[in-house]
Amino acid sequence: MPINYYIFLAVALFCIGVAGVLTRRNAIIIFMCIELMLNAVNLLLVAFSKMHYHALSATAPHAGIDGQLFVFFIMVVAAAEVSVGLAVIVMMYRNTHSIDVNFLNRLKH
Amino acid sequence: MGITQVLFWFLSILALLSAILVVISKNPVHSVLWLIMVFVAISGHYILLDAQFLAIVNLIVYAGAIMVLFLFVFMLMNLNAETEPQKNRWLKIAGVVAGGALLLVLVAALKKADLKLQVAEMNRGDIGLIHTLGMTLFKDYVVPFEISSILFLSAMVGVVVIGKKD
Repeated sequence: MPINYYIFLAVALFCIGVAGVLTRRNAIIIFMCIELMLNAVNLLLVAFSKMHYHALSATAPHAGIDGQLFVFFIMVVAAAEVSVGLAVIVMMYRNTHSIDVNFLNRLKH
Repeated sequence: MGITQVLFWFLSILALLSAILVVISKNPVHSVLWLIMVFVAISGHYILLDAQFLAIVNLIVYAGAIMVLFLFVFMLMNLNAETEPQKNRWLKIAGVVAGGALLLVLVAALKKADLKLQVAEMNRGDIGLIHTLGMTLFKDYVVPFEISSILFLSAMVGVVVIGKKD
């Protein structure tokens, strides 16, 4: 499959994620849109790793494996990020009884 | 058009439609379920690209653990379509236009790129198998691996500290 298709698919998924972050007010949905963007990048990294494997596998048998390990580490960081972020949102809900991000305005007072 | 191409287009359309439905669903629980569909479609792409280990990890960690965490928080707060906060219409239109403009800029920039000869290899290669990935992970990337364990420990301590009653 030509790499173009994967690039455009990942760009489309990423832009849907950006539009979701900009249009929603629910803090957890915004979090989910960030996960969507991370996954678009993961898909692109795997596609590029296989592209390098196709180009270089004649000389280096494990060419392109770094991309897949980067995806692994991105998943690790995303899992840690989600746990801390959801804890913050649950704390915010406990204090304001809402998950509207506009309530975070009061942080400046 | 072979079976691989058919599967590629099917999974791409499934991923894009589910991603759009994540954003436009009124009920937050439906958003989570559509996001699980996106992750399943992306795992299918990983399998097509011979990244079997990442496909399984994506299903277990993302579609399994992280999404269950999201669902659990939604159930805990008892959220539904009525309590969903809504932006006003002009802000929504502005957000969609901004996202569309980003898409337009990226597509316009990449359309001219000379990538016709670059192909993502399918149906060949063993770099996605757990044996090869594990050898590289524990030889060349052992320091980042250990650092990520410290990251998890600090995240765990942070969550407990944040979640404690006052």
